[in-house]
Amino acid sequence: MKNKALAIPHIVWSIVFIVVPLCFVLYFAFTADDGSFTLSWFLEAGRFAGVFARSLKLALIATVICLVVGYPMAYIISRTSWITQKTLIMLIMLPMWMNFLLRTYAWMTLLEKNGIINNILEALGIFNLLGITEPLKMINTEGAIIIGMVYNFLPFMIIPLYNIMVKIDNSLIEASRDLGCNGFNVFRRVLLPLSVPGIINGITMVFVPAASTFVISQKLGGAKNMLIGDLIDIYFMGGEPNFHIGSVLSLILMLIILICMAFMKQSDEEVML
Amino acid sequence: MKKIISYVLILVSLFSFFALTGCGKKYEATLIVYNWGGPYMSEGSNDTVDLNKRFEEKYNVKIKYRTYDSNEAMYAKIKNGGAEYDIIIPSDYMVARLIEEDLLEKLDFSNIPLFETNIMDEFKNRDYDPKNEYSVPYSWGLVGIVYNKKLVKEPVDSYSILWDKKYADNVLMFNNPRDAFAVAQTLLGYSQNTTNKDEIKECYDKLLAQKDVVQGYYMDEIYEKMINEDAAIATYYAGDALVMMEENENLAFAYPKEGTNRFGDAFCIPKGSKNKKWAETYINFMLEGENALLNSEVTGYCTPNSAAFELLDEETKNNELMYPSEDYLKKCESFIHLPSEINTYVQDLWINIKTED
Repeated sequence: MKNKALAIPHIVWSIVFIVVPLCFVLYFAFTADDGSFTLSWFLEAGRFAGVFARSLKLALIATVICLVVGYPMAYIISRTSWITQKTLIMLIMLPMWMNFLLRTYAWMTLLEKNGIINNILEALGIFNLLGITEPLKMINTEGAIIIGMVYNFLPFMIIPLYNIMVKIDNSLIEASRDLGCNGFNVFRRVLLPLSVPGIINGITMVFVPAASTFVISQKLGGAKNMLIGDLIDIYFMGGEPNFHIGSVLSLILMLIILICMAFMKQSDEEVML
Repeated sequence: MKKIISYVLILVSLFSFFALTGCGKKYEATLIVYNWGGPYMSEGSNDTVDLNKRFEEKYNVKIKYRTYDSNEAMYAKIKNGGAEYDIIIPSDYMVARLIEEDLLEKLDFSNIPLFETNIMDEFKNRDYDPKNEYSVPYSWGLVGIVYNKKLVKEPVDSYSILWDKKYADNVLMFNNPRDAFAVAQTLLGYSQNTTNKDEIKECYDKLLAQKDVVQGYYMDEIYEKMINEDAAIATYYAGDALVMMEENENLAFAYPKEGTNRFGDAFCIPKGSKNKKWAETYINFMLEGENALLNSEVTGYCTPNSAAFELLDEETKNNELMYPSEDYLKKCESFIHLPSEINTYVQDLWINIKTED
């Protein structure tokens, strides 16, 4: 009885803030303005296939970069002394103490045509050296959006990876070395299988927010090409809201993400076997 | 289980006790003012005079000051939240929409005597409130073209420059459908309030063709970007443009010869305000020449208040960019509230512009 009572706040929270809104989304997605059942909103959302493709592409690229950068980082941290580990993890968390919007604005200042990066390159004479006359075009490109995603979501990749890797006993690595594994085989046969749960957690925690972001594409992408998050935003918050299409888009995004996760879970179990 | 409920109840009652007794001073009433962020009133930030405080001291009425960043955000709150706010300052077309949806109180002008004497005649009975029953003008201004003289050597006098391939990747546009379409509509010689779908479609084609020239679609960020010379040309508001020109002397501002959008914001009282009389007193207080002048200085926009206008220095009064000639104003147009069908059509085309490669 007592243990169950402790779970009540969380259950109430989940019902009010997760289940109920989800019901609203489902309701709006499948009803017309007069409340009758319809599937027409899904047909109408079909014209945004390109937007879905672009959003998922950018999110995928950002996730891969996070994984490639974050994996060695997490491993290196997990092999250091306890005190160094704590310090390094805190340094990785440090940017997250600042507001998300503020961090994105900071990247605007860096990437602008007359921004900090271009100014430094020019001051160092790099442009003259390479014969470049125009400042680098960084802001308002897909590259800028990816940079924003990687920067904002990298800690979400490193932390779960680190949490898993710190539990991998060093003696396992030593043993595999003793048994004749070279560096690559230690990684492939020992480290990688043991860290799969961390990889999957990390991928999920980066891919999901990256696929649904709208601030980053507006501030760093110049709002020229909408991502799926921008569309949902305009359909819920724009001058002429249409909750039906907004809900359908949210629902499709949720489904895509669920399928991806189920797929990863599957491969996770295969690796475990 | 019972125990938990009783704990919760104790907490709730304790909380409400503190909430009620928290403020020691006794006020006649509390007014909640809901205004644009930014700052959009002389309310004490950045070393400005705190008019709200002066009002509190004069009338012993507490002011709670809240802000929003778009008409639409404010509208959503009023539509869903009902009676929470006592004073709002929407833009012209939003005033019309609120009137149409019966969300505003009719004002009792006997409590706002300064309306008659201080508001210039041309600002009374405007399109958005034809009989002037619901609103009191607060500020007005025009949209124009901000450009960098270092990067733009030719004279700027038309919106067509925003389509000039020479400035590819150097143009910033407004990031909302109504303002962006207004630029195309003015350039093509159509009304900014057109409900003719063929005309709107033509504007859509025009805006789509502009996409390659546009570096990015932004709103408030245009201010910083132009000052830092990250772009050569942008659409922006006259009031802010003058401040920008002070910050960076390479910047200049011009009005397009085709005409432009003229916007105005006005005080209104949302339906269900519990302190309507005090709210009217507040509006009247803000109409005093000196106070209206302070507000106009903080916002940078023009004042519709003759008493405040008289107090302006000669230089500002004669500044064509701040107060353009009558002839030019005749070419300008204000937004009115359009039927939902047209707004949806425009928003839909806007989404197309932003999703097509």
